[in-house]
Order: sequence, then C-alpha cells, then structure tokens
Amino acid sequence: MQRPLLVSVFIVASCGLAYELIAGALASYLLGDSVMQFSTVIGVYLFAMGIGSWLSKHVVGNLLVRFIQIELLVGLLGGLSAGLLFLLFTLHAGPFRFALYGLVLLIGILVGLEIPLIMRILKREVAFKDLVAQVLTFDYIGALAVSVLFPLLLAPHLGLVRSALLFGLLNALVAAWALWLFRAQIGTMAVLRAQCGAVIALLATGFGFAGQFVSLAEANLYNEDIVHAESSAYQRIVVTRWRDETRLYLNHNLQFSSRDEYRYHEALVHPGLAASPGARRVLVLGGGDGMAVREILKYPQVESITLIDLDPRMTELFAQSPLLRELNGGALGSAKLTIVNADALQWLEQTPQMFDFVVADFPDPSNHSLGKLYSTAFYRLLKQHVAETGRIVVQATSPLYARESFWTVVATLEAVGWQTAPYHALVPSFGEWGFILAGRREYKPPATIPVPTRFITPDALPALFHFPIDMARIAAEPNRLDNQNLVRVFEREWGRVQAP
Amino acid sequence: MRRREFLAATSAAAALAACGSKAAPPLPPGTFSGANDVLGHRLRKPDFPAPTETRRVTVAIVGGGIGGLSAAWKLARAGCDDFLLLEMDSEAGGNSRAGRNEVSAHPLGAHYLPLPPREARATRQLLAELGVLQGDPDAAHPAYDEKYLCHAPQERLYTNGYWQDGLWPTLGVPSAERAQYVRFQEHVAELRRRRDPAGRRAFALPLALSSRDPKLLALDRITMRDWLLGAGYTAPGLFWLVDYACRDDYGTAAAQTSAWAGLHYFACRDGEGQVLTAPEGNAWLARGLARAAAGRVQPNALAFRIEQGRKENVCDVYLAAENRSIRVVCRELVWAAPLFLIPHVFVAPRPRWLAAIRSAEYAPWVVANLTLSAAPQTRAGQPLAWDNVLHDSAALGYVVATHQQLRYAPGPTVITWYRALHEETAGRQHQLLRDRDAWAAEVLADLARPHPEIRELATRIDIHRHAHAMIRPLPGRLWGGTRRDFERGGAGIQFAHADVSGLSLFEEANYRGVLAAERTLTRLGVSFASSL
Repeated sequence: MQRPLLVSVFIVASCGLAYELIAGALASYLLGDSVMQFSTVIGVYLFAMGIGSWLSKHVVGNLLVRFIQIELLVGLLGGLSAGLLFLLFTLHAGPFRFALYGLVLLIGILVGLEIPLIMRILKREVAFKDLVAQVLTFDYIGALAVSVLFPLLLAPHLGLVRSALLFGLLNALVAAWALWLFRAQIGTMAVLRAQCGAVIALLATGFGFAGQFVSLAEANLYNEDIVHAESSAYQRIVVTRWRDETRLYLNHNLQFSSRDEYRYHEALVHPGLAASPGARRVLVLGGGDGMAVREILKYPQVESITLIDLDPRMTELFAQSPLLRELNGGALGSAKLTIVNADALQWLEQTPQMFDFVVADFPDPSNHSLGKLYSTAFYRLLKQHVAETGRIVVQATSPLYARESFWTVVATLEAVGWQTAPYHALVPSFGEWGFILAGRREYKPPATIPVPTRFITPDALPALFHFPIDMARIAAEPNRLDNQNLVRVFEREWGRVQAP
Repeated sequence: MRRREFLAATSAAAALAACGSKAAPPLPPGTFSGANDVLGHRLRKPDFPAPTETRRVTVAIVGGGIGGLSAAWKLARAGCDDFLLLEMDSEAGGNSRAGRNEVSAHPLGAHYLPLPPREARATRQLLAELGVLQGDPDAAHPAYDEKYLCHAPQERLYTNGYWQDGLWPTLGVPSAERAQYVRFQEHVAELRRRRDPAGRRAFALPLALSSRDPKLLALDRITMRDWLLGAGYTAPGLFWLVDYACRDDYGTAAAQTSAWAGLHYFACRDGEGQVLTAPEGNAWLARGLARAAAGRVQPNALAFRIEQGRKENVCDVYLAAENRSIRVVCRELVWAAPLFLIPHVFVAPRPRWLAAIRSAEYAPWVVANLTLSAAPQTRAGQPLAWDNVLHDSAALGYVVATHQQLRYAPGPTVITWYRALHEETAGRQHQLLRDRDAWAAEVLADLARPHPEIRELATRIDIHRHAHAMIRPLPGRLWGGTRRDFERGGAGIQFAHADVSGLSLFEEANYRGVLAAERTLTRLGVSFASSL
C-alpha cells in the first residue's frame, strides 16, 4: 500500500506542476509579457496550494475515497484547463484574466489537498521522519521531471491543450488505480467507479479531438466565419466570410478583402497594361487568386496569359470554389490562361518564353527566401524574358509604412538597367500601397483606360505617380543576393509599425 | 521503496511522457569514398607491370589537383599544347572535386574561394576568364557575378542552444571580452594595411609576395596560440574563433599552427569576408581550369617511377583502367602531386628534398554529405545560412549546397559536414580507419544537437575521406628553409603543388601551378604574357 501511494505522489506532483506550467505558458502566449504571466500564475498557484493544505484538516471520513475524488476533480479541471482558457480567450467571452486566475486558484487548492491527504493515509504505516522524507522526495522529483519534459517534449510536440489533457488523464488513472488497489478497504463503490470511468472517457475523447478543437478556436480568432481552411505543402490557406465580405489569409496574413481588392488589382494592372497597347503575351508571377488575371482578361488584345504560382492548392481553390470564382470572374478557367505551379525563379531559369507585360505580385520580402524575388539577380533574370518594348509591374509593399523598403526595390530595378515609374494607391484594408512600373524605355501614363474600371481612371493617374513628402524618395541601396539589405530594412520598418 | 523501484517508476513516467516519439531509425544508406588510396598505397611496394609503350611529350604534369590544372591552364593559354596531365584518380580536381545526386551537386572537399586580393593575379585572371569577375581584374575591388557571391545570410554560429549571426561568439559574452575582439580586429587590420619599404604586404596571398621583414618572419617560429597569449589576449571567444579558423583553413589547432600562418589567414585579404561559392563547392573552378587541358588529361594514371635525365625525364605511368604501364618521355616535368610522394616515385631524389619531406605533416579530413528530405529547422535564432557552425564541436559545421540556388520554395537539400582531424596525422589515423557507419553515426550525433530531427530528414549520408588533405603550417614550416628547394625547382623539373607554399589554399596552388608553367615556358623559349 505504501509503494503505490508513493508512485502516485510522483505522478500527482508531476501533474500539479504541469498545470502550473501550462497556465503560465498559455497566459504568456495569449497575453504576452511572459515574466509577468509566469510570475503571477506561479504565485497564485503556490498560494492556492497553501489554502489547500490548510483546508485538508477539514477533510474527514474515508481518506482514500476523498483522495480518489480529489484526483478525479484535479484531472477534470486541470485536463480541461488549457482548452477552456483558449476557447474563452478566442470567444472574448468574459474576463479572461479572472477565469485564468480563478482556475489556477481552484486547481492549486485541490493539488494542495493531495499531499497532506497522502501523508495522513500513510502515517498509519510509516514513521513520521521517513514519511516526510519519502513523500517530499517524490513530490520534488515529480516536479523536476515535468519541468524538464514540458519545454523539451510536451509543449513542442503535444501542444498546450493536449498536454493538459494528458496530465488530466494521468490524475484520473491514479484515481482508477487507487480504486482498484484499495478495493478491500473501500468496498464496491459503484458511484465512484462510474465517476472514474466518466472522467477518463471525457478526457480521452478530448485528447482525440483536440485538433478539431483548436481549429474551432482558430475560427473565433478570425472573428469571421471560416468558409475554407487548409494547410497546403507551402502555407496555411484560410478564406473567411462576414456578411458580404470575403477575405483570404495566407499564413494568417491578410491577402485581400473583397470590399477593396478591386482597388489593389486595378492599380496593379491598368497603369501599365493600358499603356501597352501592343501587349499580347502576359506573365503573372504569384497571384494565384486570379484577381490580377481577371483585370488582364479585360484587354481583348491579350492573347495568352501565363500564371506562375508555387502552390497548386491556391490555383485549384480559386478555379473551383463557386464563392471565389465569383470574385475572380472565373478568370482561372479562361482559355487564354496557362497555369504553372512552379517556383518562379526556377521556372524563369529554364523557360525560353518572352513576354510583353509581366506582373510580379509576390508576398512582401519578410524573409531571405522571399527577398530573392526582389533582388538584382531576379530582375536581371526576368529582364531576359521581357520583350524590347515590354514592361513589368512590381508590388513593392507600402511606401508609407515601409518607405525605405519601397525605394530599395526601386533602386534594385534601376540597378539592372530599368527605367522606373513608382506609384501608389490607397487600399483601405492595407493602407497606402506601392507599385513600380519598369521598362527599358520611359513610361508615359496612358491617355485613356480602354476597359471598364471602378477605381483607376485617366484623370486619377497623375496623383498616383506623385509622392507626397512623407513617402517621397529617399536614398537606398539595391537589394543584392549577397547582402539582402531589403529583408533587414523591411523587418525594421514593419517591426516599428506593428510595435505597440 | 528502494532505488530500483524508484528508477522504474521515473523511467515509466518518462516513457509515458515521451510516447509518440519513435525509436531511432536505422542509419540512412550512403557511400564511403576517398582519394584512390588503394592505388596510391601501391607506391609503397611498387609491383607495376613494365611499360609497353612510349609516349613523347614536351611537358608532363604529374597530378591533376588545382596546381597541376593551373599549370596546364597557363601552358594552354600560352599556346603550348604538347603536354600530358597524369591524374591518379578517375577525375581531375583534387580537393576541389564534387559529387552530384538527384537533389544537388555538392562538394567533396574545398567549397569556397574568398574574394582574392590584388596580388593573386592569376586567380583573378581565371575568374575574369570564367566571367565571374567583371571588369578590370586588377581593380582594387572588382565586381563579381551575384550568382557566385555567397548569398545572405552567409554564416551563423550555434552556441548555448541559439543560432547567432556571424561566427564571433557574442551571446552572453561580457563586454570586456568583446572589447578584445575589437582590439584583435584592429590589430589584424593594421597588419593588413602594412607595407614594407619594397611595397610588399606583411602577409600576401600568394605568400611568396610577402614582406621578408625578419620581425614578421620570426612569427613562423611560435604558435598562433602563443602569439595571442603574448599579445595579452585572454577572451575565450577569441581563442575559439582563431582556433576554428586554423582548423578550417589548415587542419591544425591554433596551438599547433605557426603564428605567421594564423595571422596570414586574417591579414592577407581585403574582401571583408565575402566569398565565392557554388552548390558543387570549388569544382566549378577546377572545371574552368580543366577546360584548357581538354583532351590532354589522362585519368587513372599513376606515375610510379621518375628518372631525371640531362636532356629529358622518363616517367613510368601505370594506367589502372587498362592494367598496363606506359613510359612518358618529356623535356620538362611539372610535379603537381603532394610532395610526400616524391621518395616513392623519384629514382634519385635529392637528399635535401627528402629531409624537407620527412618533417612535413598532413592533416586528414572527413567530409560527409547528407541528403535531406527538407532543410533542417531552426528552433531559436537566425535562419539557415550558407555556413552553419557549432560552437561546442570538434567538427567545423556544415554548408548548404542549395543555398546558392535561385529558388524560394522549401525543398530537399544536401548539406556538407566537415571535420579536420587536427589531433591526428596521416599515418597515425585511428579515426580515419573507422567505417562509414561509425562516421555516419558521429555526424548525426553532432548535428542532432541543433537539429534533433536530423535523423528523420537524412535520406543518404555519403562519407568522403582525405587522408592527406592538407600540408600543415606547423611552426618553422613556412620560413624555416624547408620549402626553398621546391620553390626554386631545377633543370627540367618544376614543383607546382600548394605543398610548395606550405599552405593548402586554392590561390597558392593556382600560383604555384602558373609559376611552374611560366618557368617551363621560359625554358622552352615560348613567349607569353605573365599572369603573376
């Protein structure tokens, strides 16, 4: 009887520390300021354990039964703690901190009850000095085991929600074990057995469905209805809808909102293409959503469009989903269009094709891989595929929030011998956004926009090419592959924007 | 509860907590290769068939590493086409050879070339010829093709569980120690700028163009470690970096390396750490040189007997692929193989050569190419760089073969792991005798510290050994007089290996090869424009 109870001390102590770590980690993750969160969570937890120890003197009756009941309760509350808190946070339901510390207090009190109870159970058999030594030894060793396992194995591999459920199960299993071991002393307690079974079943089910649970919580994080979510080989694709607004997020970054994407895509395509009446062959790099292709298809002289997008799931989704096809006007089904799912750099290296107009609509240069798509090497390679009178347009982040980044891209295009025409447009979802036209010859804005538009008109064009002083040109070095200064500048500038 | 039960309980808990992580899978497959040591070691007990054919050439070049290829390149550029290059291996290139698989080409040895200083004229000329150096090759800072300039990020260091930017250990290093870093850098910057009255650099590359100021040459008599201590340096991070540099460039620890060589590493170049590299390491440079020798390279050819005559040299060569020997009779001989082979091949080597060779030591190297299904993950710190160094490791870290590829999508890659056996010498190589699996396991154990998932990612581990990879610049080896006879050459014979310089560097091998070719051309009466 003595040994099993000491093993339970080890497990119980492990679980106790685990709930404390999980609550601390979850609070840091959701609220930030990890020093503050860990410090307060641990403080409240230890204090609660003190309350539990004090309360333990009021626990009377069959101590084994009480111990089993407490184990079940700890398992249930602790096991569900992370999931409940996560859900509460994403639902914005109620004061999160209140729930957090309340739950930590409750679990702490229950855990505080455990050790005194075990000591009282064991004191009948063991001398007091051995009792204290043994129980506390296993208590502290259990704590050490979890504090090492938690950051190395549990948090990275299981995640917080599953880790909590795992420890909840361990508590419940200790209860079940005790129930079986001490069946002689306790007798057949059907109710206790049923409680035990119910808690284990609930936690095990939770463990199995934790994945779905996290996506449910994610849905609340977006604050919109998720109509499509998947992880492709390259990115997390999420499409949301709220009333009549559809949004696309890639890796949780907003790509477009159906409310104002026409501003972005008209600004991307028309200033360049309306000025290129001879453009027959058009290349679109990135832009698997088909919105840029929709604008290009308005020009009857365009004979062929080649769309290069790395992710086949993006182009399939935007070719097949009725909701998304409505947005891009079924552009991805056009007979003029050829879709190639390839790495733009590798594809350009091996293709012999030439183009009259190229749209480079890549994600912002937020890392070294993406930075390559804004480098002198890339623009030099692209230039080999642009006809003598051809032109390219590049989306180049915000000249307002990331002014040096924007002018770095301009300098990079000029470093490979292009003449540039930078411009900007207001897209409310993104803010003031920047684009750059580049060609071997000087650009002249077109006198007319020969296709139907909602935003870009000839009389609005001059203002787009004028940069107010807060976005005006500043000196910048070209972005070369061997230094990738654009990535550093971009990180600094957007870091400043996003800082609180 | 006794100890055993307690252990059982804790391990059961640990096993439970670790559930989900699988047992270690078996080692991935791979090859175990190296320079053709079976053929090479036959020189110790020559039992080659007698020559059945005699070929006459004007110049014979023995050895197809960078030295021999550079000699061939210069001869061909000067219009002297009647030469034959004899290469023991199946392919020329020496330490600059490459492997190739479905994922990427990858180096088997040397993998980068720092931007060469102005003094390395031949190397700059080669780069200009290959279109990589753009504009005037003699400019102070010429432009280079972006494709070959190492892309950012270039290097990072794994220390205390974190990947930091650059190789100078800075994480958790007190400011007093970092101040020593700065003092050391100012110290070597001064040495970099220093010129003697004749206008020669304190430390030039090629080293033959260095100042002969006795105070500087005296540095060759002490070790780099002693020099650091003598100059008052104590910062452990500085000692680590210098030791790493010595192991990386010379295959020797700082405590074994001549201080002249150690300082040469820091003071001979002006390129601010920029390097040229390619997925296949330096093989593109070897290929560029070999183009000039096309059709005149005889692979699988081991020169096993050389007799110097008054008017011509006789060189007996075993053709391994045909299992027969030929006799090559040449007016001029360029010896471009490692110097330690001379006693085994020459009929009458000069006694002074033998004495110099006996005191030479070579560093063995092991190079592992790991083919990975995806790039290794970075858990904390800077993203994957080209050169990724582990602070607490006897190995030198790894480079990423696909780093220079123009692509942005993640995908499979090949990483090349380097280990200079600085604690061992050729001939006493216990570790070199280990089998592939032992090496593969060591590589995985080394890399599992920053990348616990490495074993799951690795689909192949190919181990390549170099038993005599580099001559070691031990104290006294550079300016103690042992190199003099080889530098001078002799009637009908020139020495064209980096061993002649005493530093196993591309620029040195290139210089020695071109110099040997130019002396040969002069003796033959062929006019040429010097590349030196």
